[in-house]
Amino acid sequence: MAELQFREAIRAAMTEEMERDEDIFLIGEEVAEYDGAYKVSEGMLDQFGPKRVVDTPISENGFVGLGIGAAMNGLRPIVELMTWNFSFVAFDQILNNAAKIRYMSGGQFSFPIVFRGPNGAAGQLAATHNTSVESFYAHIPGLKVVSPSTPNDSKGLLKASIRDNDPVLFLESERMYGLKGEVSDEEDYILPIGKAHIVREGDAVTLVANGKDYYIALEVADRLAEDGHQAEVIDPRTIRPLDFDTIIASIKKTNRCVIIDESNPFASLSSEIAFQIQERAFDYLDAPVRRITAKDVPAPYAKNLMDYYMPQADDAYQACRDVMYL
Amino acid sequence: MAIPVDMPKLSDTMEEGVLVAWLADEGDQVSAGDVIAQVETDKATMDLEVFDDGVLLKKLVEEGDAVDIGALIAVLGDEGEDISPVLEEFGVGGDAANGAADAEEAEATDEAEAPDDAPATAEGAPSGDGAAQQEPVPAGDGAPEEDDGRIKASPLARRMASQNELDIATIDGSGPQGRIIKRDIEEALEAKEAAPVEEAPAEEDAAPAVEEEEQAPAYQRPGDVVSVDDEDLYEAVPLSQMRKTIARRLAESKFTAPHFYLTIDIDMEGTIAFRKQLNHLTEEQERPKVSFNDIITKACAVALRKHPDVNSAYLEKEGEIRYYNQVHVGVAVAIDEGLVTPVIRHADRKGLAQIAEETREMAGRARDRKLQPAEMEGATFTTSNLGMFGIEEFTAIINPPSACILAIGAIRDEPVVKNGEVVPGKRMKVTLSCDHRVVDGAVGSAFLNTLQQHLEEPMNLLL
Repeated sequence: MAELQFREAIRAAMTEEMERDEDIFLIGEEVAEYDGAYKVSEGMLDQFGPKRVVDTPISENGFVGLGIGAAMNGLRPIVELMTWNFSFVAFDQILNNAAKIRYMSGGQFSFPIVFRGPNGAAGQLAATHNTSVESFYAHIPGLKVVSPSTPNDSKGLLKASIRDNDPVLFLESERMYGLKGEVSDEEDYILPIGKAHIVREGDAVTLVANGKDYYIALEVADRLAEDGHQAEVIDPRTIRPLDFDTIIASIKKTNRCVIIDESNPFASLSSEIAFQIQERAFDYLDAPVRRITAKDVPAPYAKNLMDYYMPQADDAYQACRDVMYL
Repeated sequence: MAIPVDMPKLSDTMEEGVLVAWLADEGDQVSAGDVIAQVETDKATMDLEVFDDGVLLKKLVEEGDAVDIGALIAVLGDEGEDISPVLEEFGVGGDAANGAADAEEAEATDEAEAPDDAPATAEGAPSGDGAAQQEPVPAGDGAPEEDDGRIKASPLARRMASQNELDIATIDGSGPQGRIIKRDIEEALEAKEAAPVEEAPAEEDAAPAVEEEEQAPAYQRPGDVVSVDDEDLYEAVPLSQMRKTIARRLAESKFTAPHFYLTIDIDMEGTIAFRKQLNHLTEEQERPKVSFNDIITKACAVALRKHPDVNSAYLEKEGEIRYYNQVHVGVAVAIDEGLVTPVIRHADRKGLAQIAEETREMAGRARDRKLQPAEMEGATFTTSNLGMFGIEEFTAIINPPSACILAIGAIRDEPVVKNGEVVPGKRMKVTLSCDHRVVDGAVGSAFLNTLQQHLEEPMNLLL
């Protein structure tokens, strides 16, 4: 095991895959000469040269479309978006081309492409730069959405995403790039897409959280443990296809669930999880499913308001106690 | 939208209030600022004002009920408006909302349920035989029925009940709005296992007084011909808010602050002469007389200025000792229900006549329970005087968060030795209770020495 930062784990995954397969290339704003806006691709230009690590102008709609065309023609692009907030100018490319052409062409084309970049809030970046995109993209049949919470998971999941023959959207976080963690140095370390991770076992309540919220869930579980209650913490790892079996099995054990979700609440990831739970585990519920989400407004700029806007550990802790009838 | 009226926090130390009187009826039109009820807090009886205009749609508590802060007292709104969203928000059971409706349902549940567990008797519901003995239960407690009589139970609880062949209607819900949850089923199953035969007959609990009377009395005194009824052994008086607060705060003080006590004997001849002179003047100026206690208040205040260590508080939660920049002396006043401590603010900067006026005025209002909570908060030091009862000396319990309290004894005639001769003297003992976490023995002693100097030479107070 080696201790790596999140950004280093992502780089390790890309580097290993690019060494293995010459069809893979990295394209995006600042990925080459500047070593990546967040230094994720540091040194990769030197290692792979300008044909495989390609800087682009500020033109998401253009280079996302270029990546999709390259994938249709047999290459395996990794398209870095400086943040997922900028993906919306390329939304049509992702929604209509990447997601649907395989279906519309009767399977004549496949799309082995990864779109990756930081997702969600990253502090005082105001309303347009703090969007959590999980539910936007997970809504669309034909796309896979992956959201790693630890450096180790990011390595294993990104390698799996690069090898996948369908478009995979890989959600990272500015806030987490510097986060360190033990990363497997097992040769060809792969974590399967679509498999959730039971991070912590318990029988009192099921906590579901991904990305930054994963760490809130662990904090809440610690506080509940101090109170004498063992929470089961589930990191979905993949948003779509979501591993409902693992969540449902947990609900059957704990009979209650709190979801922490950085998205705005309406029609979000947490909405979907709660729906699936009531459909598949209705008779096992002892309390309504609760969720802690971003507030249902555009992200504010002021620091105090932004703190309030984001999911809070205190609220999640209280929600757990509520569903446990404590 | 219907507007909730909840129990406000009317003083710093208040945790619940007793609604002593309703001043408005259901159906009355009220406006913002109207007083709709009186609430007894731990310190005073206060007016409960509403902040909105509307019709008083529903009273949720009875006169005499103790209500937690934030709990629903009443609902305002437009005539005929649906108040169930507000009731739901506050987790108040459906029955209270429904009044006498669904009487049959209520009755049915009464019979089914063990009577010592939250019965579902609706307000004013005609009671059947079994229900006659039951006391109404405050809204929000227990009753598992909703407006439509449907029993609320979590899906899991329903499944467990049906798997175990339990009749869910016989189970009390402990969840919000009386929802039956897993825990309730588990308890019911345990009870069922513990008592496989029929459960204890309901009547036994329902009518205890009558039945026990008919049985032999629990014991007899030798030669006692009159049977002793349990109820004659004592009279139970519910705890008043004030009694509860006194109990809580003093227990908290005595159990957390390590007290030690310093007693000093003070020659009061100087103060007696000083007071005589003063009261010549107050009489001429038609101002209230200055009492010994007023002079002691002033003397303490001036001494506290010199000994800021005593004018302090140990705050464990905040992790700090607070040295107060102002001197506010609380003066314990006995009233019928207990005692209160009106606070003479900035006592070090006030003249004796002003201290006398304020103390007399506030003590008067304290006896009428008209003192505002704010007038009893913020003391940095407290005095308690039992001299008028002839108590020579005593120890007082510190009034938290202050560091010290002074217990004042009576001024007594005593033979004293002056210039080698035994002569009549006037002496008074005071005892300082100190919180050792912040005031040490030497510090408390130095304060008492200064106090002694001030009272033996009261001209010091003018310097």
